[in-house]
Amino acid sequence: MAKKKFVVGCFDDEAVLFPAVKKVRTAGYKIHDVYTPFAVHGLDHAMGLRETSLHTAGFIYGITGTATALSSISWIFTKDWPLNIGGKPHFALPAWIPIMFELTVLFAAVGMVLTFCYLCQLAPFVKKHHFHARATDDLFVMVIECTDKTNTDDLQAFLTSNGALETKVEVAEDGWWLGRYDKDEMPFEEKQIVAA
Amino acid sequence: MHLKYESQLREPLVYGDKTYKQVTEDIVRPIEAKPTKLWYVGFYIAVALLMFGVYSVYREVTYGIGQWNLNKTVGWGWDITNFVWWVGIGHAGTLISAILLLFRQGWRTGVNRAAEAMTIFAVMCAGQFPIFHMGRVWMAFFVLPYPNSRGPLWVNFNSPLLWDVFAISTYFTVSLLFWYSGLIPDFATVRDRAFTKLRKRLYGVASFGWTGSTKHWQRHESLSLVLAGLSTPLVLSVHTIVSFDFATSVIPGWHTTIFPPYFVAGAIFSGFAMVQTLMIIVRKVFAMEDYVTIGHIEAMNKVIVLTGSIVGIAYLTELFMGWYSQNKYEGYTFWYSRAYLFSPYGWSYWGMMACNVLSPQIFWFRKMRRNIFVTFFMSIIVNIGMWFERFVIIVTSLYRDYLPSSWSVYYSPTIWEIGFYAGTFGLFFTCFFLFAKYFPVIAIAEIKYVLKTTGEGYKNQMANIEEQKLEEFVHEHAHH
Repeated sequence: MAKKKFVVGCFDDEAVLFPAVKKVRTAGYKIHDVYTPFAVHGLDHAMGLRETSLHTAGFIYGITGTATALSSISWIFTKDWPLNIGGKPHFALPAWIPIMFELTVLFAAVGMVLTFCYLCQLAPFVKKHHFHARATDDLFVMVIECTDKTNTDDLQAFLTSNGALETKVEVAEDGWWLGRYDKDEMPFEEKQIVAA
Repeated sequence: MHLKYESQLREPLVYGDKTYKQVTEDIVRPIEAKPTKLWYVGFYIAVALLMFGVYSVYREVTYGIGQWNLNKTVGWGWDITNFVWWVGIGHAGTLISAILLLFRQGWRTGVNRAAEAMTIFAVMCAGQFPIFHMGRVWMAFFVLPYPNSRGPLWVNFNSPLLWDVFAISTYFTVSLLFWYSGLIPDFATVRDRAFTKLRKRLYGVASFGWTGSTKHWQRHESLSLVLAGLSTPLVLSVHTIVSFDFATSVIPGWHTTIFPPYFVAGAIFSGFAMVQTLMIIVRKVFAMEDYVTIGHIEAMNKVIVLTGSIVGIAYLTELFMGWYSQNKYEGYTFWYSRAYLFSPYGWSYWGMMACNVLSPQIFWFRKMRRNIFVTFFMSIIVNIGMWFERFVIIVTSLYRDYLPSSWSVYYSPTIWEIGFYAGTFGLFFTCFFLFAKYFPVIAIAEIKYVLKTTGEGYKNQMANIEEQKLEEFVHEHAHH
């Protein structure tokens, strides 16, 4: 993992954030990410992110579940051990619908959650760099990746003029590593900067 | 200033002029504060009940099913009654978190987290009953279809009891995943404000390294929506399958085609009552009246009166069919064993009718729907009524069926059957007390999401704009 240089701008209102995102992108800067305390609808479009395909993955997992249930049960009840249950047909499709449905849901749900965790690189004991501790509280934190040519002072001034309450330059890892959150500087209270 | 419009006719979902910061503060406060004395008292009572339950189960496992009063025809008694009761309670959590999400009901945000927790704990309690009812519980894994050395002799995929195994385990897994995926961002919020090393470390692990990245939120939204879409038919299927345990048999009183919708409505009915019981306590103890408002309570009471009436219609339909079918076994079950007050179990039928059908009708009155004491009292009554319903269905049908020679003696539970039930209360409340202390009981991120639409302060600002004259508004807001 390489360390990269970032310029960070913090906003306290999504209504200020949206135009700022637009202006920063128009100015040609590369937005690394925007960290928000909740799902801000439309922000992904404003940042030009593509739609997620997670639901497509969910569909594929779902039909895998259906197929697993149907193929296993039909093999078991018609080939492996055709059990006579009250003289009823061995291939009793209507009676298998409940289990086929349950496995569809189970595969889709488990598969999607695992895929979600994989795509977002989320897992217990995973640690990532946090640009601002209040990004999970009440600040919308825009992080812009710097190139060799980026003038960080200009960029910070640009962010401030677009409504950022606080700006800073940080050099940070952009991936994840195994780590613990209690290794952060403590206590948290002293680190907190009150946005004016 | 950024405002989204919502009609002034709608009550605010969040009272007070809150900011995002205050929302975090209010909801995280109970986690960061020391638990109160009341919390300890409640928790220890729950643990004591749990211990009694563990001892009751120990007796059942050691000495066998004979520790219970089940007999030749009443092969299902308190155990399966309690199983169905607990599973039913779980359903409200999924209804709130999934079905109301699909219906875009904003008020779900105040109660969904606790309701989902309730679902998970209720399903955990429910699962105990069929498992220990097996008698030789160490062979419980026989219900799983795996290649074995007995033939392989497989499980019966055509049996509703096996469908139940799949339905309940899927339901538990999916509910747990749905709940936890919603908790990850909130755990990150708790982690980032933590002031002790231990807290930071534990919530750090629990939050999976969540940062709040926009891309992650986008996927999170997609995940929540699809899980809601999956959970909606799932929750309906679960109680449908539970009702199949009865409806596919040939026992009078069970052999009914209306069972699936009737059971699902009953499940939602009892589940909402349990949510009311829990939320009325939680909002009071943790001072969260601003988030779980009287409006939330009223909305849930509307669901209670609706589903209670559906259940009432189902009872009447059954009685009608008992007569209309001219089947004497059906007629005997419905009109003698159940509806006749002085039959051996007549008291349970009329207890059910009084609790489930008559008393919830009080919620047609707005004043009653918005009364905390009435709501709390009714929530308990409804849950007693729904327990009676399952008891009526199971015991009155089994107690006297076709042949008078096989009619059994009067069934009443032993102390160990009661102890097992009490133990599941212990399990449920032990889990719920721990949840209330260590987890954000209200979905922080979701409240923040609806805050600017439905928060009282923001709604007032919007009301001011509505009252402005057009020229004033244009003057203030137009881009010149």
